[in-house]
Amino acid sequence: MSKADNSRRKHTALLSVLAVGMFGFAFALVPLYDVFCELTGLNGKTSGQVAYSDPQTPVDDRLVTIQFLGIVGTGMPWEFRPMEHQLVVRPGKLYTTQFYARNRASQLVTGQAIPSVSPGLAAIHLHKTECFCFTQQQLAGGEEMEMPVTFYIDTDLPEDIKTLSLSYTLYRVNPVEIAQVASN
Amino acid sequence: MSTHAHAETKYRNSLLGFAARWLLTTNHKEIGTLYLWLSFVLFFIAGSLAMLIRMELFQPGIQLLQPDLYNQFVTLHGLVMVFGAVMPAFVGLANWMIPMMIGAPDMALPRLNNFSFWILPFAFTLLLSTLFMEGGAPNFGWTFYAPLSTTYGPPSTDFFIFGIHMMGISSVLGAINIIVTILNLRAPGMTLMKMPLFVWTWLITAFLLIMVMPVLAGAVTMMLTDRHFGTSFFEASGGGDPVLFQHIFWFFGHPEVYILILPGFGIASQIIPTFSRKKLFGYHSMVYATISIAILSFVVWGHHMFTTGMPLATELFFMYATMLIAVPTGVKVFNWVATMWSGSITFETPMLFAIGFVIMFTIGGFSGLMLALVPADFQYHDTYFVVAHFHYVLYPGAIFGTMAAVYYWLPKWTGHMYNERLGKIHFWLAMLGVNLTFFPMHFSGLAGMPRRIVDYSLQFADFNMFSSIGAGLLGLTQVLFLYIVIRTIRGGEKASDQVWEGAEGLEWTVPSPAPLHTFETPPTLEPALKMDYDPNPVKSGSNE
Repeated sequence: MSKADNSRRKHTALLSVLAVGMFGFAFALVPLYDVFCELTGLNGKTSGQVAYSDPQTPVDDRLVTIQFLGIVGTGMPWEFRPMEHQLVVRPGKLYTTQFYARNRASQLVTGQAIPSVSPGLAAIHLHKTECFCFTQQQLAGGEEMEMPVTFYIDTDLPEDIKTLSLSYTLYRVNPVEIAQVASN
Repeated sequence: MSTHAHAETKYRNSLLGFAARWLLTTNHKEIGTLYLWLSFVLFFIAGSLAMLIRMELFQPGIQLLQPDLYNQFVTLHGLVMVFGAVMPAFVGLANWMIPMMIGAPDMALPRLNNFSFWILPFAFTLLLSTLFMEGGAPNFGWTFYAPLSTTYGPPSTDFFIFGIHMMGISSVLGAINIIVTILNLRAPGMTLMKMPLFVWTWLITAFLLIMVMPVLAGAVTMMLTDRHFGTSFFEASGGGDPVLFQHIFWFFGHPEVYILILPGFGIASQIIPTFSRKKLFGYHSMVYATISIAILSFVVWGHHMFTTGMPLATELFFMYATMLIAVPTGVKVFNWVATMWSGSITFETPMLFAIGFVIMFTIGGFSGLMLALVPADFQYHDTYFVVAHFHYVLYPGAIFGTMAAVYYWLPKWTGHMYNERLGKIHFWLAMLGVNLTFFPMHFSGLAGMPRRIVDYSLQFADFNMFSSIGAGLLGLTQVLFLYIVIRTIRGGEKASDQVWEGAEGLEWTVPSPAPLHTFETPPTLEPALKMDYDPNPVKSGSNE
């Protein structure tokens, strides 16, 4: 094998490795994005964890409006809405609000609510000590219930955020998906 | 060589032989020709879709296309133009010209070259066949945002996904081949900084292709598993995020738009010095500007996503990074203008297309700067202003660049001069058509007309009528182009080896038409190569 052939092979191999590496990089972007969003709250996901820390004492007389939205996902036969559309809250203080759900189907349906906060930057400042989104919810046919969310907004919420919205999309959990959501 | 020639004559004798010859060819010129014809065919297919779209938009209301069919046409028009017309045309030019410009006998990996080409006809058959499937073709736009393409995509989306995979494999293999050729097969004495600019821009483009096409392949793979294998990359109910799709897509998508324009920069940098009869004003600055643009293209993807709810700091970062690209681009534009400055310019068709390229690409660049401004983008986003912007950089940019290249090198390929009068008519009609089609879109966009919608509100009627008339003109003009090309292949005034008085470079030292095999022994760079600084420009013609 001549020297020229050698160099040709080397370049081809290196470039192929680069191409395969970039294919892998596309998948690496997924956890990178998740970590980045978890740290900054960019995509509005609240942490799935129960907040155990105590609410702080309110430091000033600042008031923030929090709006609630309930959205029903595709194929979900439930009626789902917040009982209160908005609350004016004081950062650092604990509040509870209720969401109403009713199964309009005749058989038992399991649902999972996925929260989202807007603006995204506020997500890491919203702490939930109790939320129906932490677990799956089950309703027998025609049954209804009120589901509580207990939360506080911490005092580190950026000054320029005066209104934020907490929205839940309620998805139907198919038998197949139960295992998945549980393992998440 | 003699056995080669023998095999070729044998092959030409039968239809089967003809098919075998083109199917099995490993010759860079033949593969280049195949690429160019494929892109020409796909250009007409995607162009016909554009004609149908513009016919529908001729007046408000729904006349011709139902909304779902309209969406399918918009999607396929974009996909086929980007992946089928522009990219293969540039790869075809690279195949034809790069070995001839660097004094190589062929591409470094000729069989791989054959494979990369022959994937493409199958990929596009797969993609276009979706039009005839139950449920229709993909209808989510060429950007195929999740969840439109995952949860709500038609069943044919899977064909689209495999089509994209195949195009990606073809592009990556083609790019590897081009880089290996450029790095290994240059004639002795041709250092990197003596390479013609078309070769330079292609070297950089090939790196961009290798870095981003696999990311696109990754994105469609995630779509596929989301659709069929229960993953939730882009599915909020399973813990994923549809916005992640946009990040991955535009991480590919922004370098992609430079893939679509950098070879055009290279072409303009070859043609403008030829017809100005001067050296390129600044060779080094052109090379460095191209490299800077390529690097910056990786950190600006967010400007496509300003309205997705990004935090202010991120918006500012992407805004400034985007505006920074105007600097190297400006270096290029001034470079071309300074090359023409006090040159003895003649306006043959390639030069007309190259100047049209510079002027109208600059207009598209300026509207790009407007779009880069976050507050302004909130108004322009998803309006016809964006459509005007990217058609100004793609049509008079990428496509005029390709046409300039075809007119410039066609005499070398065919041995015949094209008809100069027809070429000029083609240019002026295309110039009129492009501006009549796309300029009014700036106004309808600023006035708030949303893109990708089959119908529009009455106040946009006049602008759209102009656009549709312009589009009809532009479409017909390209039929004239086809006629000119075929006529030149079939006959015409004999072209000299030098072809253009002011042209420089190794490709002009071989006979016209270029024989199937050139530079089987590497050329010596004296006196043909004068790309590096030469204080006394030698009048071409004294070349041999």
